[in-house]
Amino acid sequence: MATTTLAPRAGAAAYPGRRAWIYEWLTTTDHKKIGTMYVITAFGFFLMGGIFALLIRSELAIPGVQFVDPETYNQLFTIHGTTMIFLFVMPMWTGLSNYIVPLQVGAADMAFPRINALSFWMIPLGGLLLYSGYAVGGAADAGWTGYAPLSEQSGAGVDLWIAALVLLGFSSVLGAINFIGTIFKMRAPGMTLMRMPLFVWNSLVTSVLLLFSLPVLTAGLMMLFIDRNYGGGFFDPAQGGNPILWQHVFWFFGHPEVYVLILPAFGVVTEIIPVFSRKPLFGYKAFVFATTAIGALGFTVWAHHMFTTGAVYLPFFSFFTFLISVPTGIKFFNWLATMWGGKLKIDTPMLYAMGFIALFLIGGLDGAFLAVVPFDFHVQDTYWVVSHLHYVLVAGSVFAIFAALFYWFPKMTGRMLNERMGKVQWLLLFIGTNLAFFPQHILGLDGMIRRIVDYAPNPGWTELNFLSTIGAFLIGLSVIPFLWNVFVTLRLPRTASDDPWDGNTLEWATTSPPPPYNFDVLPPIRSERPLFDLKHGAVAAHGVALPAVAGTTHDETRADAPEEFLGEPIEGHADQADAGDVQPGVSEVAPDALPHAERAAGETTDVKPKPKPRAKK
Amino acid sequence: MTAHSQVVAAPHVEEDAHAGQPQGVNTALLGMLLFIGSELMFFAGLFGAYFNTRATALGLGQPWPPSGLEDVIEPTIIPVVATIILVASSFTMQWGVSRIRRGDRTGMNRALAITLLMGIVFLVMQAYDYLSLVTEHGFGINSGIYGSLFFTMTGFHGAHVFGGVVGIAVILLRGVSGQFSAQHHVAVEAVSAYWHFVDIVWIALFATLYFLK
Repeated sequence: MATTTLAPRAGAAAYPGRRAWIYEWLTTTDHKKIGTMYVITAFGFFLMGGIFALLIRSELAIPGVQFVDPETYNQLFTIHGTTMIFLFVMPMWTGLSNYIVPLQVGAADMAFPRINALSFWMIPLGGLLLYSGYAVGGAADAGWTGYAPLSEQSGAGVDLWIAALVLLGFSSVLGAINFIGTIFKMRAPGMTLMRMPLFVWNSLVTSVLLLFSLPVLTAGLMMLFIDRNYGGGFFDPAQGGNPILWQHVFWFFGHPEVYVLILPAFGVVTEIIPVFSRKPLFGYKAFVFATTAIGALGFTVWAHHMFTTGAVYLPFFSFFTFLISVPTGIKFFNWLATMWGGKLKIDTPMLYAMGFIALFLIGGLDGAFLAVVPFDFHVQDTYWVVSHLHYVLVAGSVFAIFAALFYWFPKMTGRMLNERMGKVQWLLLFIGTNLAFFPQHILGLDGMIRRIVDYAPNPGWTELNFLSTIGAFLIGLSVIPFLWNVFVTLRLPRTASDDPWDGNTLEWATTSPPPPYNFDVLPPIRSERPLFDLKHGAVAAHGVALPAVAGTTHDETRADAPEEFLGEPIEGHADQADAGDVQPGVSEVAPDALPHAERAAGETTDVKPKPKPRAKK
Repeated sequence: MTAHSQVVAAPHVEEDAHAGQPQGVNTALLGMLLFIGSELMFFAGLFGAYFNTRATALGLGQPWPPSGLEDVIEPTIIPVVATIILVASSFTMQWGVSRIRRGDRTGMNRALAITLLMGIVFLVMQAYDYLSLVTEHGFGINSGIYGSLFFTMTGFHGAHVFGGVVGIAVILLRGVSGQFSAQHHVAVEAVSAYWHFVDIVWIALFATLYFLK
């Protein structure tokens, strides 16, 4: 029994007159292919950005200016930051969401498939624009934040940086519209908002953040472009403008942006922890509340990046920054409570999720320190800030990205990544991350200023910087086992079952990889764990979720699942009176409810699922 | 009907082939409304820049508009007539939408043609206004922060009007070839929503730049 019974016909994709595969990929509007291309492109940019990072750390290994001149160094950290944020983490999350969100809501594709393809193709173009700065006498060198007036003075690289960011921003806005459209209009019958998997919830909030914050950055970039090229005076005090205005506009985008980078990570971890703890998620509703609260608060705290400008009302922004730790704390509490007493399976995805929880906590606590105004004044623009943002982006986003890649790789390719290599990689990344970024806390407290090519040989600084460089190279090294792992695995036969982790959500109800149309049939959706309900029927049926199909209790349920789309009511549920009496016909078609390990034992021979008859024809 | 509970994926309805659930707002129209939301934030960024700069100047005790430029932006005949035309075009647009909702294709085409003409007239008048500002007052985008703000805000609005004119032209051509009916006209609804948005932004711009200052 290698497959779940709902798996659609595998191998049905081959049809006569197929065009060359390269043409298929270039013109595809299939969310899975687009998602895959997003992931591969983003990973390519991750490697590029990583090389920039290693160059930076090599220069900083010992005091003095060794092999990059200051101008090159400025370009290095600018392009490193821009690449990692706009070309790696954002497209990586968009790609994974592209692949997973339609599957998790039981849809056949995104709401606007062609716009989806357009969004993707803007990403490589944006990258090309950004890097073409090197061809016109130097890439952008004003930092990824592009503060005026510095960004008004440097060379043509900044113009290309502006063009790249406008393009990438437009791509993200279109993507956000697509995700919101998909989530609101394409959900399977029975999947109410409060039954959506939390990864979908996080994608929704992320999309709303993008939709309302990115255009503000676009406006700022336009002003910067006009200042630079048409004699505008927005950020030029000599013409009556105000450089602080750039910081307002940039951070009004920039702070929601950091939640854009981390909310999908929360979503991934929230998907993985219950599956590998063999327990239901603790506090689903609290997670939904916390996610939306983080999204809403994200728009109220932009000026905490600007405490030292003297242009913002400190108590307000300090208070709201502290307030964000409340929903974040709820999430931490619920993750730990989900694991508490669970039967933990420490596979690589779980290992990454647990690493995320441990290390993101450090990054989050750094952030709480920075919310303290006097402390922020002390460490403004020091390596403390560098440490904080790398603990939330490397230990946060990157750990969760690897968790997601290991978790969904079998779904995307039909093959399981090697566990042992995954654990080696995790160990290297874990040690490397802490070695690279923890010493920077101390350097920051000591007052070492960031974004400068050289530093004084103060007591301890050389040693700490050298440690940090070793850590950076360990992070770089950790990518090698991953690439090798993927390379080797893709050459093996497709042996992964449809549901290798014994998952809860709908993406595991179809084949691995799914057919172009995703699902022949969907299980009834009566809770946020429809696949679990299907496999373990009676155990899962908590009373509140039950009336979904024949539904008279929840108005929302009926609105989302009109009678005509539900097929015949499920036998045993048709009678309202014994809605509480649960022995649904579901369990009858469920695969044997054995845990994954036992079921996996006898698989690998029969991977071709039986086509199931349609319920209504 | 078998005992096990299989639910067939929602059948494709002709009107919205991608929408599983026909209730509520049409998916394409929802996409347009979300896009308008993002456009709103784009203009919010520009308005934010305007009021930030204004407040900074007033806070420093400097005049606003900056000295020497007090009388450049005035509600003279050209901008006032252009405003009236643009606001009126929102009504003709809505008239077209209400015609096609009742299945009156000719009426819709007529209304769309009038709206298109009004949009073009607005753009011509804006161009004329720009020209006279530059030639008579020497007031351009590089005339300090005030010029940068005025031309950036109205210029981006003009670009959006141009986008709307292109959209109206497309649906007019489609309307002439008879592609819309009382049931099938989501493109008309979407362009109409966008056109109303552009109109409302202009009212806010006009009030801010010409009267409030």
